[in-house]
Amino acid sequence: MLQYALRRLFGAVPTLFLIVTLAFVLVRLAPGGPFDEEQALAPEVKANLERAYGLDRPLHEQYANYLGALLRGDLGPSMRLRDFTVNELIATGLPVSLALGGMAILLAVGLGVPLGALAALRQNSAVDHAVMGVAVLGIAVPVYVVAPLLALVFGIHLGWLPVGGWSGDARELLLPTIALALPTLAYVARLMRGSVLEVLRLPHVRTARAKGLSPAAVLWRHALPPAFLPVLSYLGPATAAVLTGSLVVETIFGLPGMGRYLVQGALNRDYTLVLGKVIVYATLILSLNLAVDLLYGVLDPRVRQRGRS
Amino acid sequence: MRADQPLLRVAGLSVRFDTPDGEVRAVDCVDLVVDRGECVGLVGESGSGKSQLALALTGLLAANGRATGSVRLEGRELLGLPERELRAVRGRRIATVFQDPMTALAPHLTIGTQLVETIRAHATVDRATARTQARDWLERVRVPDAATRLRQYPHELSGGLRQRAMIAIALAAGPDLLVADEPTTALDVTIQAQVLRLIADLVQARGLTLMLISHDLGVIGALCRRIVVMYAGTVVEDAVATTLFDRPCHPYTRGLLAAVPDLARPDHRAQPIPGHIPNLLAPPSGCRFHPRCPLAVDRCAQEKPALREVEGRRVACHRAEEALA
Ligand SMILES: Nc1ncnc2c1ncn2[C@@H]1O[C@H](COP(=O)(O)OP(=O)(O)O)[C@@H](O)[C@H]1O
Ligand SMILES: [Mg+2]
Repeated sequence: MLQYALRRLFGAVPTLFLIVTLAFVLVRLAPGGPFDEEQALAPEVKANLERAYGLDRPLHEQYANYLGALLRGDLGPSMRLRDFTVNELIATGLPVSLALGGMAILLAVGLGVPLGALAALRQNSAVDHAVMGVAVLGIAVPVYVVAPLLALVFGIHLGWLPVGGWSGDARELLLPTIALALPTLAYVARLMRGSVLEVLRLPHVRTARAKGLSPAAVLWRHALPPAFLPVLSYLGPATAAVLTGSLVVETIFGLPGMGRYLVQGALNRDYTLVLGKVIVYATLILSLNLAVDLLYGVLDPRVRQRGRS
Repeated sequence: MRADQPLLRVAGLSVRFDTPDGEVRAVDCVDLVVDRGECVGLVGESGSGKSQLALALTGLLAANGRATGSVRLEGRELLGLPERELRAVRGRRIATVFQDPMTALAPHLTIGTQLVETIRAHATVDRATARTQARDWLERVRVPDAATRLRQYPHELSGGLRQRAMIAIALAAGPDLLVADEPTTALDVTIQAQVLRLIADLVQARGLTLMLISHDLGVIGALCRRIVVMYAGTVVEDAVATTLFDRPCHPYTRGLLAAVPDLARPDHRAQPIPGHIPNLLAPPSGCRFHPRCPLAVDRCAQEKPALREVEGRRVACHRAEEALA
């Protein structure tokens, strides 16, 4: 198992390298550069700036320098927010985004799995219809509609929760978390419901019943663990969805997370900032996918052994 | 145990399934008696309702299925019994071995876990004792290196060993009646004989009653002294094996026998029964076999033949006498 984990970990390095390279090329492929839009920039000032940031060097040299710095964990200075390094900007944004995304995933799985299972066990009951109705809404209505709606209703009309801004109060994360979790929660619930219904029809569940096991043992030991596997597989894509969703949610609720400056940075051609954030996102997604795969191995012995051999 | 009661008495048992296309009558008014210590074979083409009959005994039908009639275990009615009480019957009184051990065993649980949970569902023993008993059971079904196998998952075992493990699980709670539904159908031909032999030995050694289900008369004939032939959800003939093989009565039984390749007479080609099993959404009127029957007359299409005694067997055919003549 450990060997498998290590091998998978090393397997992720080329992927990450590819992403860095692609991102490096893509940001530079976009027309314009970081210092093009600043007004009244004398040509010699612009040239000086480009020299200072190494943009006057040939591309392959810039690339080599960037990779060298990256290996030391240095993402370079921001090209537009010149008082900050990219590392500093990420260090302030990442904890907020991680807290938001982590809580959203926990909420989505923690609530989506039991709701989906319950809907399956009470198939065609009122509970089932209610859960699936909400799930369809959750999937269909985009975050940028849900988030302002939540803010409006709970933050402004009812005044239950603070909205807009960030003063360090954990309650300020509640509405953004719900808004962010909702689509994933809905998807997880639907996935789990279908999966439970399918597993309940499998021969091994019938065997469990034929042995005279209690309904609880049949459900918890024989049906639910295999039924959870599709949800687990979905957690990889779900993380990606939550990360993109968090860009929107952070903006709407004015949270200083990773999403801050990202869109602006892209529009401004802040090469280093965009690249740095892309790398952090990619690393997050890759490592979560890896964690999911390893967890899958724990739950499904067939996968575990294939990995071992 | 009551001497005057057969171990199992099935009477007028029907199984119906609700489907979007209508009602499927998979088992239609089956009567069947199994005495203690008997080995009864249930044979019929695939789709004739054998499995559903077996599942209906202990209330294991799919959610859209419904059983009516009567299933008595030593006189006690099982149909309609609350789930709690049925649980005490399943595994402990009536145990089932299913066709494909790969899918019938839980892929994510070790063989040991699946044995232990069965033992502990029916007896108050601690985990360690149950574990020892589980190992003993694996040894009894001749699984080599039982201690290691206990820790393995189904996919790590060969097909033959998996089915042995499945048999061990079925027997672990000490049932009276073992229902083996196509226990060798999913196995390699070379392994089939070994597993059949194992079942025969266990049945003898433990005084079990066996209901062996197969589409293969050869398999049934190897183990069973009495054979019940099913066609499209109905019992068409019920006879002692020698009678059935020497003087089959029902035209369907004759067809089945003719379809078995006779190794002793390689010049005789096996003759499959022409036509195919009817759609159970709208089964034929009268005798369900009449559209394929060489002896069919008008009456066969109108009147359902009852199971009746004819020359030492029970047969459901209006033309039984003519068939035997
Ligand atoms: N859940 C179900 N819904 C509808 N029809 C079913 C269901 N389960 C079994 N059947 C039908 O019952 C009939 C008998 O099946 P089965 O008992 O499995 O046959 P056998 O074991 O003799 O091959 C088949 O026609 C099958 O399609
Ligand atoms: Mg069958």
